[in-house]
Amino acid sequence: MSRQESKSLLIKGGHLVDPEAKINAPMDLLLRDARVAEVAPPNKVRGGADEKFDARGLIVAPGFIDLHVHLREPGQGYKETIASGTAAAAAGGFTSVCAMPNTIPIVDTDAWVSWLRRPERGAVVNVFPIAAATRGSRGQSLTDFAALQRAGAVAVTDDGKPILDDEVMRAALRLGAELNLPVVQHAEDTRVTEHCSMHEGPTSFRLGLRGMPATAEAAMVDRDVSFAQQIRESRLHVAHLSTSDALKSVRRGKRARARVTCEVTPHHFTLLDSDVGEYNTNFKMNPPLRSASDREAVLVAVADGTVDAIATDHAPHAAQEKQVEFEHASFGITGLETALALAITKLNREQKIPLARIVELFTAGPARVFDLRGRGSLQRGNFADVTIFDPKKRWTVEAAKSRSLSRNTPFDGWQLTGKVVGTIVGGKIVYRAD
Amino acid sequence: MNTPARGSLLGIEHLQQDEALRLLKLARRMNPQKPRSLLRNRKIILLFYEPSTRTRSSFEIAAKSLGAITTLVQSSGSSIEKGESLLDTGYTLRAVGADAIVIRHPSAGAPHLMAKYLDIPVINAGDGMHEHPSQALLDAFTILKHKKSLKGLQVAIIGDIVHSRVARSACHLLTRFGAKITLCGPPEFVPEVATTLASGLRISRHLEEAVRGADVVMLLRVQKERLAGQKISLQDYIAHYQMNAARLKLAKRDAIVMHPGPIIRGLELTSEVADSPQSVIVDEVRSGVPVRMAILARALGRAK
Repeated sequence: MSRQESKSLLIKGGHLVDPEAKINAPMDLLLRDARVAEVAPPNKVRGGADEKFDARGLIVAPGFIDLHVHLREPGQGYKETIASGTAAAAAGGFTSVCAMPNTIPIVDTDAWVSWLRRPERGAVVNVFPIAAATRGSRGQSLTDFAALQRAGAVAVTDDGKPILDDEVMRAALRLGAELNLPVVQHAEDTRVTEHCSMHEGPTSFRLGLRGMPATAEAAMVDRDVSFAQQIRESRLHVAHLSTSDALKSVRRGKRARARVTCEVTPHHFTLLDSDVGEYNTNFKMNPPLRSASDREAVLVAVADGTVDAIATDHAPHAAQEKQVEFEHASFGITGLETALALAITKLNREQKIPLARIVELFTAGPARVFDLRGRGSLQRGNFADVTIFDPKKRWTVEAAKSRSLSRNTPFDGWQLTGKVVGTIVGGKIVYRAD
Repeated sequence: MNTPARGSLLGIEHLQQDEALRLLKLARRMNPQKPRSLLRNRKIILLFYEPSTRTRSSFEIAAKSLGAITTLVQSSGSSIEKGESLLDTGYTLRAVGADAIVIRHPSAGAPHLMAKYLDIPVINAGDGMHEHPSQALLDAFTILKHKKSLKGLQVAIIGDIVHSRVARSACHLLTRFGAKITLCGPPEFVPEVATTLASGLRISRHLEEAVRGADVVMLLRVQKERLAGQKISLQDYIAHYQMNAARLKLAKRDAIVMHPGPIIRGLELTSEVADSPQSVIVDEVRSGVPVRMAILARALGRAK
């Protein structure tokens, strides 16, 4: 990875896809002093630049934003560090990542939120902390949302676990409404998923594994959307949505003009529960891979606008946490370096979803969900975060070459189309493909 | 990650039909009364993470009848208690010279994990709710002592299917040879999804309907240890699904009654049924030895 210091950078010859600005055309882009200085048709940028990036044949897009990553610091640096996780993010084209608070300790104080944002952490892309919604994420008493927000938290969640109690969830949404702070829900009724390690269906029955019913997610989303409809100005964001019925509830909330948003992951729009095969723990995550009809519903919702963002739920784990009995294996897979290629391969080439819509789900969509001002679009004056990729490049995923400290991807060896060529954060190139 | 070593037996689902046939044929030539030295000085580890009477003792006797050396490793009293992982236990046993590992484990897929990383045959002696392949083979072996063929046979499997590795393995094996199976029990024990396991499966909620005309009646134990959170009234179960003499009369006159054991008299069956001339429950246990001799001989490449 090269980190180049220069005041101005001209990205030349590329095709700009900026859905927020409604641009889908050949454009040159001048970045200066960490901001977008000029966007102009080919060869029309005035003034020189210290450095040039040749983007001929490539797509130039606003920097990608991942609403859902586990960077594992503080406390679990053997799985991932902020430095290694953001290096993987850069290689995957992400210029901003939102870090989940289920670390050790839980990020439930303003001090820990500030800690995550310090330069000593060695982040190479922007890190936006999401703080715990309840103290210790125990689901009982709310954290100090205002203090967390002042320290830089962009949302609150108990991710990894749901906010199960009705009253606590209502209180979180109410307080979030006062502060214009989104509450992110990991929708899982854990009262019915105890001891479960995959989706409930023919595959879990065949393998003799206890299955999580789809209703465990859908019922909670249904409840939360109802709360969001009842509580004025509250903001509910449904994390890693994976079931057909949960999408129905999100649609209902959106039709009623409630401030309800949702994200889906690349693995849920690509894989099925049956892909678990013979107990491959790199296919174990929560929410689990679902049925074909759930995946179909997710694909429809990605195309029709119901889904607001693609998020990876990047969840690194050490080998010894995955090379165990399936029931005992940790939930989660890495995802930062394969997200774009899976989206292009599955959504664009296979499902014929326009590239501009896919770019929106990585940029303007997530920027809106957490109000990341000045990001998600490359209009003049915005942050100079840019993702440059080759939508036609075929490549093979090699887990061993990942920049993440962990290797737990189900896509090792997969041939995919679409590769990140350059990632620029604040006008600086933080990743460039060899 | 590797494919399992030759001779491994992880489940029936992926066992080829001709391989199953070969094992059953081989078992017929095995006689624990006439010890052989096919596996002389081969080391077989019996790795048991769950209690077992029948499976453990019959694997041990099978191994010894073929001249092998066996060592029993149980979760209590071993390094497993100190937190050693399954794979590290496997590597350790390989290093002390194991030629094959027979494993019983409460987690589904545990033998598959072992087989993925070890270069010696792994025999599944029951993994969680998943499979119990040697049981299915000995059941088929037992049935074939009483019936000419498995093809077209009407089999009723009654009881706690969802928690049963015996049922899953039996369904795979018997349907592959053309048997028609009716799974019978309340929805908590026999969910609708059960019919997706193999072709030739159907569900009945009524014991009388399931048993009527059956050639084989297979009963399963209600597994209290796997009932995580399910509320099943044992009284209701007995009223609707206990096998008694009157209900057994609905089956064919020459029907046989099977049960993988351990049986709980007065729960899933009455003593009258357990001890009736139609019961082959003890015979199943007896069949376990030659069938497991065949499995071990195949595992260590001496299936001649």
